[in-house]
Amino acid sequence: MGTITQPQTGAKAAATLSNDEILRYSRHLIMPEVGMEGQLKLKNAKVLLIGTGGLGAPLGLYLAAAGVGKLGLVDFDVVDFTNLQRQVTFGTSDVGKFKSEAARERLSNLNPAIEIQAFETKLTSENALELFKDFDVIVDGTDNFPTRYLVNDACILLGKPNVYGSIFRFEGQATVFGMPDGPCYRCLYPEPPPPGLVPSCAEGGVLGVLPGIVGSIQAMETIKLLLGIGDSLAGRLLLFDALGMKFRELKLRKNPNCPMCGEHRTITKLIDYYEFCGVRGEEAPGPDLQVPEITPRELKSRLDCGDDLYILDVREPHEYQICNLNGHLIPLGELTRRVHELDSSREIVAHCRSGKRSAEAVDFLRKAGFRKILNLKGGILAWSDEVDPTVPKY
Amino acid sequence: MAVKVMIPTPLRAYAGKRDSAEFKAATVGEALSHLTTEFAELRKHLFTEDGKLRSFVNVYVNDEDIRYLAKENTPTKDGDTISIVPSIAGGCC
Repeated sequence: MGTITQPQTGAKAAATLSNDEILRYSRHLIMPEVGMEGQLKLKNAKVLLIGTGGLGAPLGLYLAAAGVGKLGLVDFDVVDFTNLQRQVTFGTSDVGKFKSEAARERLSNLNPAIEIQAFETKLTSENALELFKDFDVIVDGTDNFPTRYLVNDACILLGKPNVYGSIFRFEGQATVFGMPDGPCYRCLYPEPPPPGLVPSCAEGGVLGVLPGIVGSIQAMETIKLLLGIGDSLAGRLLLFDALGMKFRELKLRKNPNCPMCGEHRTITKLIDYYEFCGVRGEEAPGPDLQVPEITPRELKSRLDCGDDLYILDVREPHEYQICNLNGHLIPLGELTRRVHELDSSREIVAHCRSGKRSAEAVDFLRKAGFRKILNLKGGILAWSDEVDPTVPKY
Repeated sequence: MAVKVMIPTPLRAYAGKRDSAEFKAATVGEALSHLTTEFAELRKHLFTEDGKLRSFVNVYVNDEDIRYLAKENTPTKDGDTISIVPSIAGGCC
């Protein structure tokens, strides 16, 4: 099930494969399910990848290897050292380069016969429809809710399939939205979580190979769609539990009352997705809690003067092992039931890695009646930057 | 009716790191109530202040979304699996 119609663009569809292509794709061609006809479908296909990170890495590599004729890569980000743990399109020498360009170079080397267009831009409500319109399939490899809803809505408005994959720590989800009579993302999740309620990836971490597996599943689904073979994941939600090494499948129904793809559509244009997701400003991880703060330099100065400050570390034990300020460790998730370990008559400085979790801790403790409590602004990362560079950053 | 409730990764920290829990329950609502009684910190992640299931958390009995069954009144039988599937967005980081 689930074929897609490739739009007629100005360019003439390729009708043949060169001898080089026949040799390159021989392992496709000798399969009756693909053959010359299937390979030509791939050659004439145009797939747009939103995100060239953890999910985008295997996606780009396998779609380029398979001979998808045109790949668009949308990413405004720059390769960071910490990306190399999972974004396997990039090498150490790519650190600092724009991801879309570094990915384009790598994929061009893998397959010089295909066209690869790098869009070094942020996907927005202003540019999404224009960007998507010339592609056949859109693949969602993004990492935040506002963009996922944007990708979904743009695909539904344009009638394009959206091959979806998402991950968190050891779990993944995959499906195909946007097929005719199929569900869309809003059918599955009508609303996003408010920021701050679901832990972010940066807080939670991820095993590098997890997006490798889920992204590969997305690549497989994309190729099946283009070839018109197999059973698409449309209408099914695939759940992957890496630790248990279990795949489960749930029915994903189209919501007849869906405001986007239902019988009585109420959303007819792209909206402000940051507002929809309750996020103010650019990529804000959550609303800033207004709590009293102390900067690392101020803390150092007070400690040097001999002030009796109690350092509370609200990170996890494995983070404490990486580096610490000799604080008393109570992970944030345990604070509620271990608050009796704290002496409210002492002046307490709470810290975490970057200052976000400790802000929540300070907010909680103030509501619990603690009056002498400060948040270390910027966390141990800022301490490393401003006070003691021998403290490793992670 | 002994049912197994699967706890997704993002919520395991609030459920004593467990990936599942078993309860006797005649409906989905009863099973979730047992779950949030045993793991009180889970409650705010699954339910709003007025006791409604959060809109970004889906619940399934076996492979069916309860929104298309009887929601929290969906009856459960021995051996059923209740899955809690929250919205996750990770992909890049």
